[in-house]
Amino acid sequence: MSRRAAAIAFLLPALLYVLVFFGYPLVYNLLMSLRDFSVRSFYTGQAPFVGVANYVAALGNPVFARAALNTVWFTVGSIVFQFGIGLALAVFFNGRFLGSATLRALLLLPWLLPLVVSGAVWRWIFDQDHGVLNTALRLVGLPAIPWLTDTGWALPAVILTNIWIGIPFNLVLLHGGLRAIPGSLYEAAALDGAGGWQRFRSITWPLLRPVTGIVLMLGLVYTIKVFDVIMVITGGGPANATQTLTTFSYSLSFHDFAFGQGAAIGNVLILVSTVFGFVYLRSARESLT
Amino acid sequence: MSSTIARLTKSLGRPAVLTLALALAACGAPGGGAPGSITELDYYTDQQGSAAWQKVLDTCSKKAGVTIQRQTVPTDQMLPKILQGATSRSLPNLVFTDNPTVQQIASTGALTPLSDYGIATGGYYDGIVKAGTYQGKVYGLAPGVNGLALLYNKDMLAEAGVQPPKTWDELTAAAAKLTKAQRYGLAFSAVPSEEGTWQFLPFFWSNGADLSRLDSDQAVRALGFVAGLVGSGSVSKSVLNWNQNDVADQFVAGNAAMMINGSWNLSRLDGEKSLHYGVVPIPTPAAGGSPTVALGGETGVIPATGQATQQSAAKVLTCILSPEVMQSWDTGHAYVPSQKDVAENFGQQHPNMQPFVTEVATARSRSADLGEKYPKISQALATAVQAAITGSQTPQQALRQAQQQAGGS
Repeated sequence: MSRRAAAIAFLLPALLYVLVFFGYPLVYNLLMSLRDFSVRSFYTGQAPFVGVANYVAALGNPVFARAALNTVWFTVGSIVFQFGIGLALAVFFNGRFLGSATLRALLLLPWLLPLVVSGAVWRWIFDQDHGVLNTALRLVGLPAIPWLTDTGWALPAVILTNIWIGIPFNLVLLHGGLRAIPGSLYEAAALDGAGGWQRFRSITWPLLRPVTGIVLMLGLVYTIKVFDVIMVITGGGPANATQTLTTFSYSLSFHDFAFGQGAAIGNVLILVSTVFGFVYLRSARESLT
Repeated sequence: MSSTIARLTKSLGRPAVLTLALALAACGAPGGGAPGSITELDYYTDQQGSAAWQKVLDTCSKKAGVTIQRQTVPTDQMLPKILQGATSRSLPNLVFTDNPTVQQIASTGALTPLSDYGIATGGYYDGIVKAGTYQGKVYGLAPGVNGLALLYNKDMLAEAGVQPPKTWDELTAAAAKLTKAQRYGLAFSAVPSEEGTWQFLPFFWSNGADLSRLDSDQAVRALGFVAGLVGSGSVSKSVLNWNQNDVADQFVAGNAAMMINGSWNLSRLDGEKSLHYGVVPIPTPAAGGSPTVALGGETGVIPATGQATQQSAAKVLTCILSPEVMQSWDTGHAYVPSQKDVAENFGQQHPNMQPFVTEVATARSRSADLGEKYPKISQALATAVQAAITGSQTPQQALRQAQQQAGGS
């Protein structure tokens, strides 16, 4: 009995926390998306039930298709490069050499900076006329690129920023994973005459798989919900070119004051994240058995 | 072992629960405490504006005998903050919010009409009274209003032999002539938000277009004109990312010879000793016309928070709206007094403010005709301006799409 009571006592704070800070907002958001929630509703507490009308309106909005596609590009583009570069750097820093720890610590900087600061600095870097990037391009004789002022370039520009921000996260976790691989395996492989690439393919990659799964999963969830970076750099513009589902949801709620529709888009995002979460849990379980 | 842990959990748990309960109770309580003390919310976060506003509050705190607890949030967090307060019934006792949002907030029923406190609306500019009116009752008045005008660098214009432009054709010609290798002729803001709409409206309205029909011929011509300025290279494409502060930065740095910007920049420009600038009204489509700019300025409103605190807030608001305080605030922050006779006096004393004073007389309130529908239309219009400037759509296509977006609610 006392064992059980203690177990429950241990569980209770966490359970309470989850209920208050996750369960309640989730349910509230779901209810909100089914109601005509306007500015008025906040004061009066009254919001007529409208069924799925908010979903129909939000998903039927021409901006939605664009935002959904942008979100896919943004997520895929960010993760592929964040992970690729992060992994390459992790492998690089796994070799012990002078200053490796210091350099690794320095590489963490982008992660430590507040996103608003990073965004503001990148906005300045990307500036068409006086930005550092275009000045550099002109110096080497290349034409300046309309980073943030062209509907085709703006999305790659914000993806670039997000890659820069995300590399440290991938680097740290993957580096930790690499540390856990016993060095004796590499020695044995080297004795058997395996080259660098073969050692990576046959030892590093398979043994890193559990960490890879977690990194990609977390990266996915973090990237889908990126908001501040885009908001600071482009505000979703020019002409909705960098509008993702998160900024679209914000815009519906706080520019159009269609809070129900904003909540509907938010729920779509939660659904997508949850699906990927389950996919990950399943694959993790399979790889264990 | 387990009993020790259970005891520990218990002793740790109780204060935590207590704190939570207290926090929840605090959320539920109406704003403010004693009637002699009120809470106030504004978004003057810039250094100069904040200092000038603090002076106004200090003056009126003394005069009305009310302690004021001031709270400042960034502009874009104003409405979320108010909505939060409305939900938990913890609104500040006195709020200064952007005038197009007043009707939106009043529609919730959270505000009290100013007639309850005997605050009269006589002598104010029509536009600002309209902006504060919801369903026939005035809920808010502003101590100062503002508008947009054309600011130009006197040295650069003199060097190029260009007169300050009065018409659109002159503006096009002047901007082209002033554009050089490292410099653009003109700068304005075309960000995808209310700020972008606000900057475009003077062209839109002066050409006779109406917010109830975004794709009219007049609207298409106005957007074509603005997009054309960028297309011809007289204006940087970066205006798509520049907010009004960035525009002022570009102007001060000498990267733009002229800019469309608001009166509140003047105090900053005056601080730049090497910069000689002039101000003229925004150029009009044809000669001899007067521009129709959008009316800006923050409006003071009194939320329903209980009789005693409401009365205290009203005393403070009355003081802020009195001609002397109004004038000192408007001098400090380069706004135009919202009362006509005070403004006329003010314009004569501050020559650089005169074009703004002139414009305010014909300025239009953004929410006067559309009321609560304005935010949605504004968002659609800002997107259309961006689409036309990037060239991803023609002005006609962009505005037609905006009309569909705004109309289909």
